[in-house]
Amino acid sequence: MTYETFSVEVDADGIALVTIDLPGQSMNVWNAQLMDEFERWVDDFVANDAVKGAVLASGKKSGFMAGADLRMLSGAQEDNALGSFEQAFRLNSMLRKMETGGHPAKALTKGAASAKPVAAALEGLALGGGLELVLATHYRVVADNKKIQLGLPESQVGLLPGGGGTQRLPRLAGLQNAAMMITTGKPADPATAKAQNFVDEIVPAGETIAKAKEWVKANPKVTAPWDKKGFKFPGGGGAMDPRSVQFFMAANAMAQQQSQHNYPAIQAILSCLYEGSIVNFDTAIRIETKYFSNLLAGPVARNMIRTLFVNKQSAEKGGARPEGIEKQDIKTVGVLGAGLMGSGIAHVTVKGGMNVIVLDRDEEAASKAIDYSKKILDKRVSRGKMTKEAAEEFLSKIKPTTDYNDLKDVDLIIEAVFEDPDIKADVIKKTEAVIGEDIIFASNTSTLPITGLAKNSSRPEQFIGMHFFSPVDKMPLLEIIPGEKSGDKALATALDYNAKIRKTPIVVKDVRGFYTNRIVPPYINEAMLMVKEGVKPALIENAAKSLGMPIGPLALTDETSLSLGWMLVNSTKKELGDDYKPTGVEDLLELMVEKLGRHGRKSGGGFYEYPEGAKKHLWAGLAEHFPLADNQPSLEEAKERLLYAQLIPAALCFAEDVVFDPESADLGAIFGWGFAPWTGGPMSHIDTIGAEAFVRTADALAQKYGERFHPPQKFRDMASSGETVYKAA
Amino acid sequence: MSGRRVIDLEFISAVLAGAGPLPGRPFAKGRSPMTEAYVYDAVRTPRGKGKADGSLHEITPVSLATQVLSAVRDRNEIDAGEIEDVAFGVVSPVGEQGAVVTRTAILNADYPETTSGIQVNRFCASGLEAVNVAAAKVKAGEADLTIGGGVEAMSRVPMGSDGGAWPTDPATAFKTYFVPQGVSADLIATKYGLTRDDVDAYAVESQKRAAKSWEEKRFEKSIMPVRDVAGEVVLDHDETVRANTDMQSLGALQPSFAAMGENFGFDAVALQKYADLEAINHVHHAGNSSGIVDGAAAVLIGNEEAGKRTGMKPRARIRAMASVGSEPTIMLTGPEFAAKKVLAKAGMDKKDIDLWELNEAFASVVLRFMQALDIDHSDINVNGGAIAMGHPLGATGAMIFGTMVDELERSGKETALVTLCIGAGMGTATIIERV
Repeated sequence: MTYETFSVEVDADGIALVTIDLPGQSMNVWNAQLMDEFERWVDDFVANDAVKGAVLASGKKSGFMAGADLRMLSGAQEDNALGSFEQAFRLNSMLRKMETGGHPAKALTKGAASAKPVAAALEGLALGGGLELVLATHYRVVADNKKIQLGLPESQVGLLPGGGGTQRLPRLAGLQNAAMMITTGKPADPATAKAQNFVDEIVPAGETIAKAKEWVKANPKVTAPWDKKGFKFPGGGGAMDPRSVQFFMAANAMAQQQSQHNYPAIQAILSCLYEGSIVNFDTAIRIETKYFSNLLAGPVARNMIRTLFVNKQSAEKGGARPEGIEKQDIKTVGVLGAGLMGSGIAHVTVKGGMNVIVLDRDEEAASKAIDYSKKILDKRVSRGKMTKEAAEEFLSKIKPTTDYNDLKDVDLIIEAVFEDPDIKADVIKKTEAVIGEDIIFASNTSTLPITGLAKNSSRPEQFIGMHFFSPVDKMPLLEIIPGEKSGDKALATALDYNAKIRKTPIVVKDVRGFYTNRIVPPYINEAMLMVKEGVKPALIENAAKSLGMPIGPLALTDETSLSLGWMLVNSTKKELGDDYKPTGVEDLLELMVEKLGRHGRKSGGGFYEYPEGAKKHLWAGLAEHFPLADNQPSLEEAKERLLYAQLIPAALCFAEDVVFDPESADLGAIFGWGFAPWTGGPMSHIDTIGAEAFVRTADALAQKYGERFHPPQKFRDMASSGETVYKAA
Repeated sequence: MSGRRVIDLEFISAVLAGAGPLPGRPFAKGRSPMTEAYVYDAVRTPRGKGKADGSLHEITPVSLATQVLSAVRDRNEIDAGEIEDVAFGVVSPVGEQGAVVTRTAILNADYPETTSGIQVNRFCASGLEAVNVAAAKVKAGEADLTIGGGVEAMSRVPMGSDGGAWPTDPATAFKTYFVPQGVSADLIATKYGLTRDDVDAYAVESQKRAAKSWEEKRFEKSIMPVRDVAGEVVLDHDETVRANTDMQSLGALQPSFAAMGENFGFDAVALQKYADLEAINHVHHAGNSSGIVDGAAAVLIGNEEAGKRTGMKPRARIRAMASVGSEPTIMLTGPEFAAKKVLAKAGMDKKDIDLWELNEAFASVVLRFMQALDIDHSDINVNGGAIAMGHPLGATGAMIFGTMVDELERSGKETALVTLCIGAGMGTATIIERV
């Protein structure tokens, strides 16, 4: 029998070496072909008496196997191809057959039958369905390399490990370890996996296959622990064991705390652990499959897979890159300005494998970029995550200078000086005077239009905007803003640079605030308007968290500071003059900043008090200025208002081509300002709600709170045509 | 008197049901369709500290139940064969409290084999629910003479021994926003503005009242000393009363549920439902929560004829009974709604109630109840409660019921309303009237 996705070599001892090596792919994944072929192989393996046992290995340098092909799952969702239980149960079924040798569990438990040994030989990572395959073998040998990741990350895209992972892992590692690993999706290294009993042996790299074969040869008849009589869960019995009762009580609460009831996968995973630990293994995997199918059929997994996996990956691979332009080899980047942003940009640039020349006014200012990176690296060194030598090498790649001539050989310029058009104009001219004629000049700005800045450039087609978020080393999004005259090469270079620093890029139109800053201000303004109306501040904050926002809008305002908000009000007023449209929170900002000196977290406190050595808490004095209303909105009302305060401006951006596709709108929202990831982003969420319901709710909110909630015409059209944002795009 | 209404309802229901005989007119065997249920006696054990060094730790729960059943029979000098059915509340009906411990105790107490037994569980109100079940059987004409009571040897069968899906099964824990009772009690305090001083002051008063009641022998009628296998008395008083408790001694105690609430996510779960609160104020501790104790109680209930037949005098009439479900996360606010429901069923107003008895599961539960129904502290839990004397889960309802029977007689008052807060958000209440 021949297979395309793996090879089978049977040695003189009758032991089959199955080397999985998907053709044309850099990484092994469960795709339709591997499913078909592996199913056939298992049937043949259990029936063929000439084969005494098997070792599973990978032909890929990248690792043993990553999870299932999410594109396949995503497709199955669209086609509803996983409709029947038997189809959904297929992976479980074939893995179980391999594990039991095709014998009924009863026969194994009685000792009347046994399975042929199968061992896994891992020289690299095994994730998701890949690890589930490994767990279904009888013996797991892993190379001694702490970088090898062994994990079940399905929850990160709203799913659960549906190939027996929720059943085998707790039976090997115990309920608590399994719950931690599966609900967080965080991988373990081989040593941890061995300590948790789901890896049997760690051997020097290159020896896994030999060791696995040795074990198979020595153990001709095997039975999985849970098919043996008297099997008990490690660290406690099933779900009704008093130890498990305590564990589940706490796990249920902590999972609710983290997931805010927004991620059905989290509860489904805990349910699989709970219910699965009460019944026998064969019933348990059937329960797992049913929960898996429920998740796969629901909107959360669909949206999370699409945005957080498919679209994220596509954007990071340069999906928006213009065709026909050679890949830019960026070795050295000139960073102008060593302030907070410039230093952060320098840091991620070196981290991305490039050299940096940082220019600032004087040496002291320029060397701040080194101090900035040193602070981050010192922490890593002290935590044992980086060697001192590596840290020194890192820092040696940042060269501070005050001399523009030092920039003459750089491959890219990123300007991050003070947000002042005159200062920017000056450095643009000085820099262009020395750099190569074909070098791209990127300007980091969050407020100034790129087309305007580009007027200072003698080569506007080589000029482009890059909006980094602060702190640069932590924030995952990069907004790339082509100006009116920016050429394809500028965009291609920006994306090539981004690929090296591994941010999630979106390309947005050159308008005030670009994309993300057109949405965050109206959102936090809405929260401040609610404060003015006398809505309990705790309710506002809890409503946002309940939506799935990482932090309440008032706390967020304190972080970015009320004084910044007040400053922006004034500068916008000055700039727009009579065209300025009041937001309604000017008086609140003026009161807090000018009269009360409450600038935010860093100075004087803001909506919160920040007592030393204690947790922050809402400032009680707020109620004196904004008395609490007798009639408080319900939690659901507060949530809806804060949600639509983000959905409407996002919809406007989409309708007005500020972002060019729903994918970018969704990615920018989740990675830019932490919009609830379970929704898949605002556009995905509007599709989940349905355009008609979205328009209806928006109109109702507009009637109640003002025209800022009016949905754009494009969405009214969708509502009447029955189209979705993703289909329309 | 508004009691008239009960008769009217009996009439209507009899007519609607097509029952031949009208109220007052005898059935074939001389019984009307809705009979009055009277209280003939109430007995309880003293409460022993619910730990290995507690005085009742060596006594089995079936022995505690046996001793109260024997006492009911012996002190009333009745033929136990007259007692048709016995309902006992048990909250952890597993291990030695399992297998319908009531029936085992009946046989162990040398009742005739014809007396049947049932075990009921309504969490903390099980004892009162058992009394209500016993009374309902009399009212419905199913039995002439019954016992309602309860037993819980918490030092031997720890609370939570029976597991259960509610907090453990992720499906139900998520659906109900489960938090432990202590966090619920602290949530009540936070939501209704009860401070640490408020709950501590309440606890001090509970201790004072309990001590005074013992001094004045207010429990004398009901208390039945517990004997060991050798026949010696091992406990004749409530073991956990601390007369010298004051604000200062309570002030030194650390909150019991802060770590649990903050570190294990329970506070966050509570706030997801009570989103207008910023944080939970953890005010409860061992000194202002009910104590863990061992004990048993039994209440003898029957119709008028059973009393005449056995030569017993009724002490009180069970006027109305009610149970209700309430919001399960805050969990312990049910008594307010149970009280309102039972008052409505009795056709009474809260002004008609002379004495209120609400189990002191946590100080905030009682304080919130007083706040909600505008009840003066001098009218509620007049002899102290579970903060001082302990809360033997399955038995408490029957114990405080007996306390009210005694207190109505002692004080000469007419009516009392007995109620308890209950796990998973419920309340059970009963109104009694001295006769």
